[in-house]
Amino acid sequence: MMTALMHSIWTVVVFVVFIGIIAWAYSGKRKKDFDEAARLVLDDDDPVQENQKKDNTETESQKNQEKP
Amino acid sequence: MTENVISEQYNYKIVRQFAIMTVIWGIVGMTVGVIIAAQLAWPVLNFDLPWFSFGRLRPLHTNAVIFAFGGSALFATSYYVVQRTCYASLFSPKLASFTFWGWQTIIVSAVITLPLGYTSSKEYAELEWPIDLLIALVWVSYAVVFFGTIVKRRVKHIYVANWFFGAFIITIAVLHIFNSMALPVGALKSYSMYSGVQDAMIQWWYGHNAVGFFLTAGFLGIMYYFIPKQANRPVYSYRLSVVHFWAISFTYIWAGAHHLHYTALPDWTQSLGMVMSLILLAPSWGGMINGIMTLSGSWEKLRTDPILKFLIVSVSFYGMSTFEGPMMAIKTVNALSHYTDWTIGHVHSGALGWVAFISIGAMYYLIPRLFNREIYSNSLVETHFWIATIGVVLYITAMWISGIMQGLMWRAINADGTLTYSFIESVQATHPFYVIRLLGGVFFLTGMLIMAYNLAKTISGAKPAEADVPVLVTH
Repeated sequence: MMTALMHSIWTVVVFVVFIGIIAWAYSGKRKKDFDEAARLVLDDDDPVQENQKKDNTETESQKNQEKP
Repeated sequence: MTENVISEQYNYKIVRQFAIMTVIWGIVGMTVGVIIAAQLAWPVLNFDLPWFSFGRLRPLHTNAVIFAFGGSALFATSYYVVQRTCYASLFSPKLASFTFWGWQTIIVSAVITLPLGYTSSKEYAELEWPIDLLIALVWVSYAVVFFGTIVKRRVKHIYVANWFFGAFIITIAVLHIFNSMALPVGALKSYSMYSGVQDAMIQWWYGHNAVGFFLTAGFLGIMYYFIPKQANRPVYSYRLSVVHFWAISFTYIWAGAHHLHYTALPDWTQSLGMVMSLILLAPSWGGMINGIMTLSGSWEKLRTDPILKFLIVSVSFYGMSTFEGPMMAIKTVNALSHYTDWTIGHVHSGALGWVAFISIGAMYYLIPRLFNREIYSNSLVETHFWIATIGVVLYITAMWISGIMQGLMWRAINADGTLTYSFIESVQATHPFYVIRLLGGVFFLTGMLIMAYNLAKTISGAKPAEADVPVLVTH
């Protein structure tokens, strides 16, 4: 009985926490931070170095280069 | 904020090691897969050799593709991503090196012990107790290296990919340790601590979360880094990725019971497993939409970029198999699908279409960068993509047809209540589909060989790349 009650309470707690997370994630205040976080990986350059010979076996399909 | 100049280098060596082993173990694991597919079509290929028989090689196949191929891909990508997004080199290079050699030792032990018949008989956890101990040791070291690097990060925010990698590492540690609890009775023989229905439930709590956290959360980490990078666009919705993460983490752990429908497992547990599996559709598709829509506004890149094709099609397969999974978890559907080839088809649409495709895409992205080289041939990547896609489609359609056929044949009943078909009749009817499945597997393996050739050409004579950790000037 006690276990069942504890489990029920825990289920409700987890559910409320989850709703809280959604509210937090979608609150307007967070938007700027999240946009910045999303840019984080793109601000980090790691291009394929250009110091090697180009592949001469092909012509048309070109690699979508990372920004230089 | 500190602005001191840091002359630190990213640890690319460990990433290189795991990346190369990803390709090699992929070929090994898929070759074993092709062999056992041929054995199912033509049993004579077992050659009456115990160590070469289907029963011994099948766990070798699953262990090799999941833990050797998939595992190496996860180690490589997580070590790369955590460094690049934390602007920090890997914590404890020695321990990182131990994870590499330890993991390879585990795989080689699997390659030796499984064909010899040493098995704990727990699916996807067949390795015997000494190897299990080594796995636990390597995994804890992995956690220390990964979270150690998170701790020494130079940016405040922990990028979402790292959250997924982190959840994957923690959960797999818990799953592995609890599922592998056993009493050793010899050097390579042990008995599980659990018995009966508890054993079954623990096993599938482990088994399904190996899918949920090893084969899903980890690879979602790959998705959240490599798709934005390759497409050069930020993730579609960062907020959605946060909700996606917590929804997956809260839900997945409950779904394992759907592997035990209509067994001795209490009925309410089965129903709970079914309901939680259905709920899982929401976070799964949220994540899929987030991955695919990252390309929104630049779909034309898909036409010219074969690496992006791998990455985006993988997420499409993810969406497809995470729709199929919840459907199959419904008890009435499961009554038809369980124990048939439909399950095998479902697993492979996830394993080949999702896990392998995204790993392949990530390796095509990574390996040239790790050696400072352009990829040798983009058209070979394109060829690989198409041959692999045809392989997956052949494989899963063959298994769908054969699985549903088996299910229908097994349940067909005559007017007088007797079974319409004997079991062997269903086996005979399955044969052509086993041949088609083998063909699909051969296609997929051929693609991997093309990849190995292309990458070998790319890195031959190349010097390993070195990259400095950039100096950060923050606010």
